[in-house]
Amino acid sequence: MSRHTLSVLVENKPGVLARVSALFSRRGFNIDSLAVGPTEHADVSRMTIVVNVEDLPLEQVTKQLNKLVNVLKIVELDTAQSVQRELMLIKVRADADSRSHVLELVNLFRARCVDVAPDAVTIEVTGTVDKLEAFVRVLEPFGIKELVQSGMVAIGRGARSITDRSLRALDRTA
Amino acid sequence: MTEQMTGAQALVRALEQVGVDTVFGIPGGAILPAYDPLYDSKKVRHVLVRHEQGAGHAAEGYAQATGRVGVCMATSGPGATNLVTPIADAYMDSVPIVAITGQVASAAIGTDAFQEADISGITMPITKHNFLVTDAADIPRTIVEAFHIAASGRPGPVLVDISKDALQATTTFTWPVQMQLPGYRPVTRPHSKQIREAARLIAEAKRPVLYVGGGVHKAQASAELFELAELTGIPVITTLMARGTFPDSHRQHLGMPGMHGTVAAVGALQRTDLIIALGARFDDRVTGRLDTFAPYAKVVHADIDPAEISKNRHADVPIVGDCKEVIADLVAAIKAGSARGDYTEWWRHLDAYRETYALGYETYEDGSLAPQYVMERIGALVGPDAIYAAGVGQHQMWASQFIGYENPGSFINSGGAGTMGFAVPAAMGAKMGRPDKDVWAIDGDGCFQMTNQELATCALEGVPIKVAVINNGNLGMVRQWQTLFYEQRYSNTDLQSARRIPDFVKLAEAYGCVGLRCERPEDVDDTIRKAMEITDMPVVIDFVVHQDAMVWPMVAAGTSNDDIKYARDMAPKWEHED
Repeated sequence: MSRHTLSVLVENKPGVLARVSALFSRRGFNIDSLAVGPTEHADVSRMTIVVNVEDLPLEQVTKQLNKLVNVLKIVELDTAQSVQRELMLIKVRADADSRSHVLELVNLFRARCVDVAPDAVTIEVTGTVDKLEAFVRVLEPFGIKELVQSGMVAIGRGARSITDRSLRALDRTA
Repeated sequence: MTEQMTGAQALVRALEQVGVDTVFGIPGGAILPAYDPLYDSKKVRHVLVRHEQGAGHAAEGYAQATGRVGVCMATSGPGATNLVTPIADAYMDSVPIVAITGQVASAAIGTDAFQEADISGITMPITKHNFLVTDAADIPRTIVEAFHIAASGRPGPVLVDISKDALQATTTFTWPVQMQLPGYRPVTRPHSKQIREAARLIAEAKRPVLYVGGGVHKAQASAELFELAELTGIPVITTLMARGTFPDSHRQHLGMPGMHGTVAAVGALQRTDLIIALGARFDDRVTGRLDTFAPYAKVVHADIDPAEISKNRHADVPIVGDCKEVIADLVAAIKAGSARGDYTEWWRHLDAYRETYALGYETYEDGSLAPQYVMERIGALVGPDAIYAAGVGQHQMWASQFIGYENPGSFINSGGAGTMGFAVPAAMGAKMGRPDKDVWAIDGDGCFQMTNQELATCALEGVPIKVAVINNGNLGMVRQWQTLFYEQRYSNTDLQSARRIPDFVKLAEAYGCVGLRCERPEDVDDTIRKAMEITDMPVVIDFVVHQDAMVWPMVAAGTSNDDIKYARDMAPKWEHED
């Protein structure tokens, strides 16, 4: 099994997320991470889906996704050729004694402290999966009270855009 | 054209504009607004069925007999959920239907309102696409999009769920409308490089077969297939969904593949060095155990749906396109090349299979009726110009094996989903779509009891179908498996229909149809002829047949095609091996 990152451009319509996620489950694929949000074009949303599958089933799920009428385009993003980020908010135990240690780690990981209480701090950190995992590991000794994480978003490196052609198709029919 | 009207009027007008002439359905609360303008329509005939499942299968029968989109209509909640089975059936067999359902008013959606069901959510995995419309202004465009999606590319069912307030609201009807389907672009034109590559493999092959599926008929490519077969001399195998696409009487036709296919067709697939798959999907009922299927074959796989290619079996040459264009291009490419395959040796093997293991069946010394004989006689007397619609089970397989099909679209049945009860409503829909054709439903006593309520519709609407009930008193196919794999423990398969509960002749009469019964081989021809003479009423024939008749050949589920049996414990000897 290997991890694949799919960028899926979809029409911004009700029910599209359900169609996509239901397709994965009914064809027997597990989604590791899914993030969805608007794009530079109001009628288009973009999903970033991380799946853990072999190449052949990946081809099958991509073809099935392409058959969804609301799906405009699917691009697999290569890890080396794209920027991939996740966002995490972590509430860590930190009192007067330990706070400076925690803040030191926050600086080292280029994270940000977004809330401070007498016995805890809340930290915002973005990065790759590996970086976030490493950050969580170093914070664990202080006591993680709560953790929330977004799905991964990713974009290809360089000047080319995956949205150009699909959006032209959308303009034509509008 | 611009006009003020209600959403319901806009719906009916849009249906008229896209060319709908027949709608099968039942009204109810949420869809009621639509039934009012439908009452006035001069172009759309609404057929009041007795159960929504009947409406759905009738729409499928209509679609398969005419090649046009079939339409069914139901109200919200249970009306809509009763359509689920035919929608799933149409999805599995790529039948173009549009189902229109009423939904509770948009303000009530999500409140567990009376007769509310999330039918667009329910049908999401069994429709090609579906719509929930809550704005009257969207109705005409959605109807156009639904018909376009249902009929184009790989056909399939589309559901349009319309809230009651959208049907009641006033809107401006504008025609024509512009579709907004930026993500829907089916590929129909095959890639010329792939066609050349396929032609090269065909020229090099020593033992090729044409594995023909339902996509060839859906693309209306029978003439092209015929030309390709005659040009190359390659043997032809037609799946259950493709029966009739290539004439059964043709010398090159080996019959049906798969679980109940002919020894020649199954044997050919197991020995071929090149499968040319046209509009077929390597279904498990065809391949048997996939890892032992066609072990020597390279595969050229042409299909309009890219997701079918290499789904079950790797394709060496994938061709995405409409079969009509694919086959025409293949013919041109083969004609342009000089090389032709020599299949003399291959045919010598295949002819030997065909002669040694011809389809046959058991007759009974006690004078009882062999179901296969009934099929043979129906095929002989009614002939290949009729349309036959089968249910699911033993009778369906016998209908496929013994009737004899010469014309594309002459055998309508439920292949992928295996929906019992398909035959009667599908035959009704087919007859309404093609009133010029004789339409025979071939049904089992189990299937018949699931949907025979539509006989009332047939009688009242003047739809003179024939229904041949192959009555063995049992859920015959399940019983066959119990005989073979469950030590003859007949758990819950004895319907006791042979005890005449119900009496199918009386039941037919109660529904305003003619009921006939036949129990002896010597009466079969006369009974069929008698049925054929009645052209103004539906006719039901209760053929009481021997309960132990089995479908052969058979590849047991989950086993290899190599282990096919042509009768119980009788394996063919592949002695004609090189």
